[in-house]
Amino acid sequence: MSEEQIRSLEKQFDERIARDEKIEPKDWMPEKYRHTHIRQMSQHAHSEVVGMLPEGNWITRAPSLRRKVALLAKIQDEAGHGLYLYSATETLGVTREELYDQLHSGKAKYSSIFNYPTLTWADMGAIGWLVDGAAIINQVPLCNTSYGPYARAMIRVCKEESFHQRQGYEIMMKLANGTPEQKDMAQDALNRWWWPSLMMLGPTDDKSVHTEQSMKWKLKRKTNDELRQQFIDQTVPQADLIGLTIPDPDLKWNEERQSYDFGAINWDEFWQVVKGHGPCNKERMKARVNAWEEGEWVRDAAMAYAEKKQERKQKQAV
Amino acid sequence: MKNENLYNYILGIADNSLILGQRMGELCGHGPSLETDIACTNISLDLFGQVRSYFQYAAKIAGDKRTEDDIAMLRKEREYKNVLLVEQPNTNFAYSIGRQFLFDVYHLAFLTELQKSSDLTLSAIANKCVKEVSYHERFSSDWVKRLGDGTEESNQKMQEAINDLWTYTDELFHQTPADIAMVTEGVGVDVTKLKEKYYKQVSELLQEANLEVPESKWFQKGGKEGIHTEHLGYLLSDLQYMQRTYPNMEW
Repeated sequence: MSEEQIRSLEKQFDERIARDEKIEPKDWMPEKYRHTHIRQMSQHAHSEVVGMLPEGNWITRAPSLRRKVALLAKIQDEAGHGLYLYSATETLGVTREELYDQLHSGKAKYSSIFNYPTLTWADMGAIGWLVDGAAIINQVPLCNTSYGPYARAMIRVCKEESFHQRQGYEIMMKLANGTPEQKDMAQDALNRWWWPSLMMLGPTDDKSVHTEQSMKWKLKRKTNDELRQQFIDQTVPQADLIGLTIPDPDLKWNEERQSYDFGAINWDEFWQVVKGHGPCNKERMKARVNAWEEGEWVRDAAMAYAEKKQERKQKQAV
Repeated sequence: MKNENLYNYILGIADNSLILGQRMGELCGHGPSLETDIACTNISLDLFGQVRSYFQYAAKIAGDKRTEDDIAMLRKEREYKNVLLVEQPNTNFAYSIGRQFLFDVYHLAFLTELQKSSDLTLSAIANKCVKEVSYHERFSSDWVKRLGDGTEESNQKMQEAINDLWTYTDELFHQTPADIAMVTEGVGVDVTKLKEKYYKQVSELLQEANLEVPESKWFQKGGKEGIHTEHLGYLLSDLQYMQRTYPNMEW
């Protein structure tokens, strides 16, 4: 294809996106669009799957049967999100094995928040309330993103995430209204998860490398700083309502901006965790790699069995 | 307690689901593929759902202040009545599947009969559970076939798991005094009558899966009387951790 032809296709492509048309798997798309989407969608899928681990810690120790059932269902939803996000990514011409390889080799990233440890039951509440809360803020705009399979997957993901967020908040509410020990547990969880949750909305706008192009492709509709402000403004009143204190001495309502001012985020910590040196990076990756390697003989068996079955069927047909 | 036999009978049924659900829950996030991970979590979820129905009913029968969670999490090790089979650890995927399969075949036959119970609550619970468990049985049977008739390695692993777990199968058909009392009243299922069909069905599937049916006639039992393998204590310390550490609180 000549450069001129490519430019013409690109122009038509940009116009389609500007008209809010969906791009579908078989449509022509610029290579950069394809790669950016593989990167972001697989990162999202990886986050769902790695995110099962910190919560999975508490399945065997959940404090009541009702909570255990709800936690199992929640983690199962996350595995489901992983599954259809991987499938949606595969429509861009990459296999799930390749995506796993990228995760296991450290080439692909996943949400850094899952490199923090879950130390108490209250962390199950804090993750639902704050982490899923921040995820929803990131994800709701993606329901209208330009790539069809991603947009459709996100509609379902967001519905379930918003249920998880309410469930997490309800766990926190129960603790906050419980005994002093329970309230302490809730406050401690909020103290540990607050700042990492703010970091989930990404680096500040001046440090964000992907924002401009992503805005054009509707992979992003608001900047990281706008999303972060939205998250804070939404979450602070929720903490107030249940009598928990946001661990930020500089947090203050700004009458003029009709928003909360907040303290400085420790971006050194953010980059440390992103670069692989957070409290649980090694454990999380080891758990994923182990599951994959120890499962190899199982997957091989399933393949061999399917082939044998197919052969027998063919023989019978002859 | 007025209905002590019924209470104990329900616990005997529910503890199997409780302990097996706990074991399957341990696998969440660590499965050999995302699809099997979801399926194992789903089985765990079904089993805990069943446990809740049984224990809510048991709490009602007890008629005191105890709740489903008290029954599930605040008994001592010797008071759990599950069979030894379900508490066996997730040594590898073949053991998890083998344990599930050997229990599912029994569980499905048991629930099918329990639907005819003269106790309407138990019969209604069985009616709901039987649908879930027939899915479990299909899942575990399919995997026994895949592993047994897959590769040489998977065949060996599956065979080893079946050989090791076989010793715990006979206990499924052992009756406690509460069982016998409940059978006499038309409430309980006479498990001795399920035995022959069980071994026939299991053996046929193992053969189809290119596996040998163990010939050993040495069996272990004791779980139904609260005499467990060493594995249960560790499982309970996780299960009970929150209720023991923070007593008398609501979650």
